[in-house]
Amino acid sequence: MKVGVLALQGDVREHISSLIACGVDAVPVRRESEIQSIDALVIPGGESTTIAQLSEVFGIYDLLRERIASGTPVYGSCAGMILLAAEILDAKVGQKSFGGLDISVRRNAFGRQVDSFESDIEFADGSQELIRAVFIRAPWVEKVGNEVQVLASINSHPVAVRSHTALATSFHPELTGDHRIHRYFIEHVARPALEKVK
Amino acid sequence: MAEVTGTGRVKRGMAEMLKGGVIMDVVNAEQAKIAEDAGAVAVMALERVPADIRAQGGVARMSDPDMIQKIQAAVSIPVMAKARIGHFVEARVLESLGVDYIDESEVLTPADYENHIDKFDFTVPFVCGATNLGEALRRINEGAAMIRSKGEAGTGDVSNAMQHMRKIGGEIRRLSSLREDELYVAAKELQAPYDLVKEVAQTGKLPVVLFTAGGIATPADAALMMSMGADGVFIGSGIFKSGNPAQRAAACVKATTFWDDPKVIADASRGLGEAMVGINVADLPAPHRLAERGW
Repeated sequence: MKVGVLALQGDVREHISSLIACGVDAVPVRRESEIQSIDALVIPGGESTTIAQLSEVFGIYDLLRERIASGTPVYGSCAGMILLAAEILDAKVGQKSFGGLDISVRRNAFGRQVDSFESDIEFADGSQELIRAVFIRAPWVEKVGNEVQVLASINSHPVAVRSHTALATSFHPELTGDHRIHRYFIEHVARPALEKVK
Repeated sequence: MAEVTGTGRVKRGMAEMLKGGVIMDVVNAEQAKIAEDAGAVAVMALERVPADIRAQGGVARMSDPDMIQKIQAAVSIPVMAKARIGHFVEARVLESLGVDYIDESEVLTPADYENHIDKFDFTVPFVCGATNLGEALRRINEGAAMIRSKGEAGTGDVSNAMQHMRKIGGEIRRLSSLREDELYVAAKELQAPYDLVKEVAQTGKLPVVLFTAGGIATPADAALMMSMGADGVFIGSGIFKSGNPAQRAAACVKATTFWDDPKVIADASRGLGEAMVGINVADLPAPHRLAERGW
């Protein structure tokens, strides 16, 4: 499986390391041909307004939107979650997302950087073990559609959600060296979705 | 489920999210909007850009809280602000305003010529300037969660930024080539803590994100710094002291992302109008060189 990490801006390197640790082929992608060559996509943490804007400037916005809409497995952390949301609350005027997940996401919902935090949370992948989650100017999910399953919450705000082909987290598993979320994406989201297509 | 704020991971992680991006100096809400629209990953709120601080002289201090809050209200991207070196009360004020990062900056007039701020004592993260590896590691030892090479702010002359990036990179490469029993002397020579020196020798990089700053005025300057190994760039006077700030800002963002693609940089560089006029660093008398502040 070849996984592309959208490399317009953000913590691309950390996602690539986590994916490689999960045993998949991981490459940074910025150009049309690179995006066309991948089986699954990761949208990293970063500044959602910058990433959206650069994708338009470099003419890959429509391609990304189409690939995600047509079922390419995708995982987004933090800014990545915002970019997958059907609706963005507290967005910059005119801010676009790629869509793909039927959720409403509030940007910077937990506050500014002084409110950024880490915490041990439950993650519904069948394991009883808590996972260390790092939240940085993080968003949360305010509304989920029928097809969307909530995998983790903080104070009743969903912070990890999935559909058949898309996974999103408010937090940054790529910063902790614990690859559980990436493994979950590969084994429980991407692989089943790709096998179904075959 | 205890929620812990202000951890090293949260502070350093914030800088990781800025990688590959451009942080722009702005002096009012209108400029902040232009920067956000151009794709800046963050803005640095300050009263005067370095070129004006240089031209007008006098003591340069933390910005008016009113101005910072207007900028915070105007944009959704992170807002940074500068405190004077060693001025921990200015830093406390900025923290209370909820700025996302504090730059303990040599561009402002130092408040303490011996000590820097104890940055571990704060919830808000700090970025500090450095001209060489020893200085970078001393700042990290005091709690800096992000480093920027200093360059010579407010000149539009990229040569000092280049020199500092080469120096930091060269010293890291040298450490990686040393035997483990030689690292003690290396730490002494760098005037940096042994544990950090050992970490850099093992990993071949700084333990925090390294941006570059000082004198960057064109898309090609930004790309040059990225190809020297910077994780991202600060652009101060270069944008709002130029003929067409919105276009130049967007062009610098493009060139930072596609720093390894000369065609994109060429396209981004077309028709930008006048760049900031600039001053050759070599013509600056030593007391006016900001990079020499900090120790």
